Amino acid sequence: MEALVASALGLLTAAGTYLMLRLRTFPMIVGLTLLSYAVNVFIFAAGRLVTGMPPIITKDAIGYADPLPQALVLTAIVISFGMTAVIVMMALGAFLEAGDDRADMTEGDGQADKPSGGGGAP
Amino acid sequence: MSLALIAALPFLGALLPGLMIRAGKNACAAISGMVTALALLLLGLNAPAVLRGEVVQTRIEWMPALGLNAHFMLDGLGLLFAGLILGIGLLIILYARFYLSKSDPMGQFYTYLMLFQGAMVGIVLSDNILLLLIFWELTSLSSFLLIGFWKHLPEGRQGARMALAVTGGGGLALIAGMLILGNIVGSYDLSVILENKEAIQASAWYLPALILILLGCFTKSAQFPFHFWLPHAMAAPTPVSAYLHSATMVKAGLFLMARMWPVLAGTPEWFYIVATTGLITMVMAAKIALFKDDLKALLAFSTISHLGLITMLLGFGTAEAAAVAVFHIINHATFKAALFMSAGIIDHEAHTRDLKRLGGLRTLMPITFAISTLAALSMAGIPPLNGFLSKELMLEEAAHTVWYGNPWIMGVAATVGALLSVAYSFRFIAHTFLGPVRDDYPSKPHDPGIGLYAAPAFLVVLVLLIGFAPMASAAWLVNAATGAVTGEAVSVKITHWHGLAAPALWMSLAAIGGGLMLLGSHAFWMRIWDAVPRPEAKAMFDAVLGGVAQASRAITDTLHDGAISRYLGIGTITIAAASYWAFDTGTHLAGTRPLMPVSAVPALGWLALVLATLAIMIFHRNRLLTLVLVGIIGLMISVMFAYFSAPDLALTQISVEVVTVILMLLALNFLPKRTPVESGIPRRTWDMAVAITAGAGIAALSYMLMTRDFAFPTIAEYHVANSKPEGGGTNIVNVILVDFRGYDTFGEITVLGIAALVIFALTEALLRAGPANDRLLAWRSDQRQAGDRHPMMLVVATRLILPIALMVGVFIFLRGHNQPGGGFIAGLVVAIALIMQYMASGFAWTASRQRVDYHGIIAAGVLIASATGIGSWFAGLPFMTTGFNYFHLPPLEEFELATAAIFDLGVFLTVLGAVMLSLASLSRIALRAGETVNVQPFDIDPSVDRTLDSEEAR
Repeated sequence: MEALVASALGLLTAAGTYLMLRLRTFPMIVGLTLLSYAVNVFIFAAGRLVTGMPPIITKDAIGYADPLPQALVLTAIVISFGMTAVIVMMALGAFLEAGDDRADMTEGDGQADKPSGGGGAP
Repeated sequence: MSLALIAALPFLGALLPGLMIRAGKNACAAISGMVTALALLLLGLNAPAVLRGEVVQTRIEWMPALGLNAHFMLDGLGLLFAGLILGIGLLIILYARFYLSKSDPMGQFYTYLMLFQGAMVGIVLSDNILLLLIFWELTSLSSFLLIGFWKHLPEGRQGARMALAVTGGGGLALIAGMLILGNIVGSYDLSVILENKEAIQASAWYLPALILILLGCFTKSAQFPFHFWLPHAMAAPTPVSAYLHSATMVKAGLFLMARMWPVLAGTPEWFYIVATTGLITMVMAAKIALFKDDLKALLAFSTISHLGLITMLLGFGTAEAAAVAVFHIINHATFKAALFMSAGIIDHEAHTRDLKRLGGLRTLMPITFAISTLAALSMAGIPPLNGFLSKELMLEEAAHTVWYGNPWIMGVAATVGALLSVAYSFRFIAHTFLGPVRDDYPSKPHDPGIGLYAAPAFLVVLVLLIGFAPMASAAWLVNAATGAVTGEAVSVKITHWHGLAAPALWMSLAAIGGGLMLLGSHAFWMRIWDAVPRPEAKAMFDAVLGGVAQASRAITDTLHDGAISRYLGIGTITIAAASYWAFDTGTHLAGTRPLMPVSAVPALGWLALVLATLAIMIFHRNRLLTLVLVGIIGLMISVMFAYFSAPDLALTQISVEVVTVILMLLALNFLPKRTPVESGIPRRTWDMAVAITAGAGIAALSYMLMTRDFAFPTIAEYHVANSKPEGGGTNIVNVILVDFRGYDTFGEITVLGIAALVIFALTEALLRAGPANDRLLAWRSDQRQAGDRHPMMLVVATRLILPIALMVGVFIFLRGHNQPGGGFIAGLVVAIALIMQYMASGFAWTASRQRVDYHGIIAAGVLIASATGIGSWFAGLPFMTTGFNYFHLPPLEEFELATAAIFDLGVFLTVLGAVMLSLASLSRIALRAGETVNVQPFDIDPSVDRTLDSEEAR
């Protein structure tokens, strides 16, 4: 079972990295989402995998899964939502401002203070 | 406490002018003056003890582990400097009130001035070199604000930048030097360092430390070759120049040299570096001052010259010379501040300070003439004024100093410096006030009101007082300060007459006679000066700085060319390579932890996840499909959490997944629906190779991690054991979140709230007039629209579900402490319940039917959470300690009430508010893009069985 989780993690990381290396903002956001999954699962897996032992105290429990990574990952999931929302808005804003959703700076983008001079319709 | 208070008062006072300016300029100046006077009073209360020879100390442990303590001490040297800083500060506050014009933001000025004053007082009172360094940097920063106060003047901005670059750079060297010193001694406390002269001077690190510390002092005190920033700082308003360059900023370097004198002085290195630099600075700057036509520039170079004089005296390394240095510090502060203020008055009244356009002001401005003349005569060293006394003593010391085996060179050079000083001082008087009255002044000059001349007049009274009765008026202070510098009791004798045998008498006479002759032939020398080319410091500085800027731009442009995919690629490869190197150089054995068997259902889940991920790689250009696939992956991950004993994570993951996909769908509405093919096969192959490297690395790392047992006992045991008895809950994850690590959670919800507010702010920015707004107004949907925007089935179903969904939310919230659930999950569930209403009936329709706004919910959440934490203080417990108890209320079963639940309520509200605010922001964008607001909850009116037309629906 560990091999399955590890391979899924690797695949998520590879897909996330590949999408992060694309040139448009939307695939980058999706890539970041996949990477967040991978990171969350990785932290969770650092507590080792166990089945049937949720960290809820009961009289007849034989043991508990490590609760600490779970607590860390729980807040990480919520925070990554917040961060995803922010970059989604930034990507949307950039698209609306510039008229395209390229992530890389192109020639002339450095002089950002100057008005963009209209640009094409989206 | 009182010493720390003296240093803190100006900083506290800096808050007041900005507020008091609303009550008028007088109130603004008065409050600054009162704070300064209060600090001066506190200083005065400590003075008797210091004059008895005691060292007053205030010790506050700040970070003892780092050796950084807020230790303050007050000895004679500190008393002298703090008195000068606060006393002249008080005069400057008075002067500036009348000097600044109506259009100058006076509140800002006094705030900067108080900040600067506090930093200076901090330097001279610090008994910890780290603390001293902090104040040192603060003076650089606050003087930057003061010098650049007239932001509209390019000279002001450039001068401020140059001062910051030079003194800030010197400050960096000083930090290094001080740290070396602290390491030699093993303590950062100044009082300890000062007792370790032998250890420091015997250390191999003495010379590097000395050079670094002197770099700091020389840059600050404008010693050659770092003197060039000071004249450019003259672009500041005159009160700033008068303050910074008479008593404070530039004296900080002298102070530090005097402060470190007991441990650094007395070696040949100290003598040759310090005395020589001082001598060169004194003569060179005095020569330049003679040829400056701008009154303030003349005074600027004369200041540099006098700073050089004092530096030279400190460099001599004898107790007698140190006493003269201290005496001259006092005298220079009095006459130079008075002269700067007088120059300001002339500028203020005549609207020029160019000596070529002045002259003949004697009869027009008699009071200013009297003040300036007395101060300038003191600067020239004319008896019986105070400048004469210290200059005579200086010449005496120089005459007895042997420089590299040469007994007379010091004396001659010092006489030349004094001669030049006589010449430029008399030039100040002659070319401003003497001569015929002209008729071409830019403005008809006359004496100002008493507000402007009171401060310089007071200083000139001091000049006369010290000049006529030095033993009564100044000797006690010189004794106390010199005693602190040299570490032994000193009793100076200051007289006007040293006898015919004293070389100083003849050197003085030569200086005065030669100076007057030089002034007489000034026009001749001026022609030579103008004809000979000379290095222009500003041009050199600009060239160096320009070169540095260009070099760094070249590096940045190469490495940071704007292609984010490039940086990410470089970063990924670097991390992978470093990880591989770490793995390769370490030892490695196969894991020993028993593996879990693979069963069919989880394997199917794995297959779904793998297929969805592969499909994303292939179909990522179709963005809608990508979102569907992301949903599948998220679902599988939440199932995985559930399978591997993490019910809370599963609940959180699945609800976050819903909100994320909705959010991205809403955004996608305005984005292109397809990603175009832009990169070629080689680029994609390369990216794929990078991605596979990263993926393989993570897979291998996580596999190795999971197949090993913990190397160290985990802290999980503690949480499991104490969850129920300490935290009062059986859901350990929730107890960790709201109790054990409640502080972390508090930080996290704050971040979440900030993220939501950032989204709100971004939306506001997009909806302002601009290209984004234009695009939105012109936006046409590129998708086919549904004929039935708000289907009745959906509306009815969501209405029915809403109370149930809310009930589920409450249930999950309440049981969270003991069973899977809690504030995070409940917040997400309730948010989803509300979003369903939006989806069914439209955002605006729903929003108009609710009373609270989301900012308020976020704020309430964070406030409730912090109030719960603070509440435990009232029970005498540390921040965020949970209290709980069990209650029995018939007919209910026994139940538990915990303060953690209130904290969790804060979490709940913040999560709810943050999610809703993010989505609401996207809806506002949609409204701007022409989305209509419906008046009915759905588009079909069931009572008449027809579709509402577009007019009704709006």
